[in-house]
Amino acid sequence: MRLKTKDGGWNPYFAGALVGVLAIVSVCATTELMGKTNYLGASTTFVRAAGFVEQVFASEHVAQNAYFAATKIKVDWQFMLIIGIFLGSLISSLTDKSFLVEKVPPIWKERFGSSMAKRGAGAFLGGIVAMIGARLADGCPSGHGLSGMMQLSASSFVALVLFFAAGALTAVLVYKRRAS
Amino acid sequence: MSIDQILGLVTGVVFGFLMQKGRVIRFEKQVGALLIKDMTIFKFMLSSILVGMVGIFILSDMGIITFSHKPMNVGAVVIGAILFGIGWAVMGFCPGTSVAAVGEGRVHALFGIAGMLVGAAVFAEIYPFLQSTVMAWQDFGKISLPGALGISHWVLVPIFWAATIGLFVVFEKNGL
Repeated sequence: MRLKTKDGGWNPYFAGALVGVLAIVSVCATTELMGKTNYLGASTTFVRAAGFVEQVFASEHVAQNAYFAATKIKVDWQFMLIIGIFLGSLISSLTDKSFLVEKVPPIWKERFGSSMAKRGAGAFLGGIVAMIGARLADGCPSGHGLSGMMQLSASSFVALVLFFAAGALTAVLVYKRRAS
Repeated sequence: MSIDQILGLVTGVVFGFLMQKGRVIRFEKQVGALLIKDMTIFKFMLSSILVGMVGIFILSDMGIITFSHKPMNVGAVVIGAILFGIGWAVMGFCPGTSVAAVGEGRVHALFGIAGMLVGAAVFAEIYPFLQSTVMAWQDFGKISLPGALGISHWVLVPIFWAATIGLFVVFEKNGL
């Protein structure tokens, strides 16, 4: 098995296994240094970030909202984790020269053309639906997919199977139709 | 910065670095997996689960860490996961990979991030309604598979390993 992929990346089994090691180190480090075991996750930070934005023009409304109150709008461990993910990807892609400014991805272009407005609208609407779903299910592919599965959480098995089933069905409907 | 924030930042940098090296954050890889053409993201994700799982159960047996299971609230998990899947396919990123995708120059992921911020705000508004409807149907609480089935995790972990490696063999044999 090759350690490098054709596009200059690392073997996904190897890179993935290293994330497993990171998850183990991270649960130990957070337990030791923060007094509470923290698991990798991403979607809660979007609630906090939305809360920060909304506070600018409707601070009282945010203060009265039950969900924002329960989530606590603050720059916490996971918030910094998300900023770190951005930086880590930036460092990796700049150093191995895989950084590429892409406005419309190839599969999308083949089906919907090269309009960035169309792609932007799709990503925006998809983002709204995905985040409502992730908060309702209480996790995304990081929280349920990685962290929940590692702990053999019952809800994470259900969530991961449905993420994939609904995603696969939607992908076939959206991308498989011949461009008219 | 507090120690919590520094720890989060460092962990995130390594996580983002590894995801970028694994080439899993691209639209092509995400949608490629959903179209069952390129299973890179599942090779990556399942490998991390296999490794992480063993360490986490050993640490928990030793009493060093605690679990954090998400509730098996049937209506919320089923409807939420289906909605997520639909949105994921159209956006072509999940929450974690969207941020990483911007880091490697895929600027169209910014529209997805904007959408997800709106989605989070919408969720906060409809939360009381969801609590009294979908989320009130049936909640089994924070249950684990070993707990629910009454089987030791050291029986389930090898079964999960065997099933996953079987899946990897299928991926490799079919050039996925």
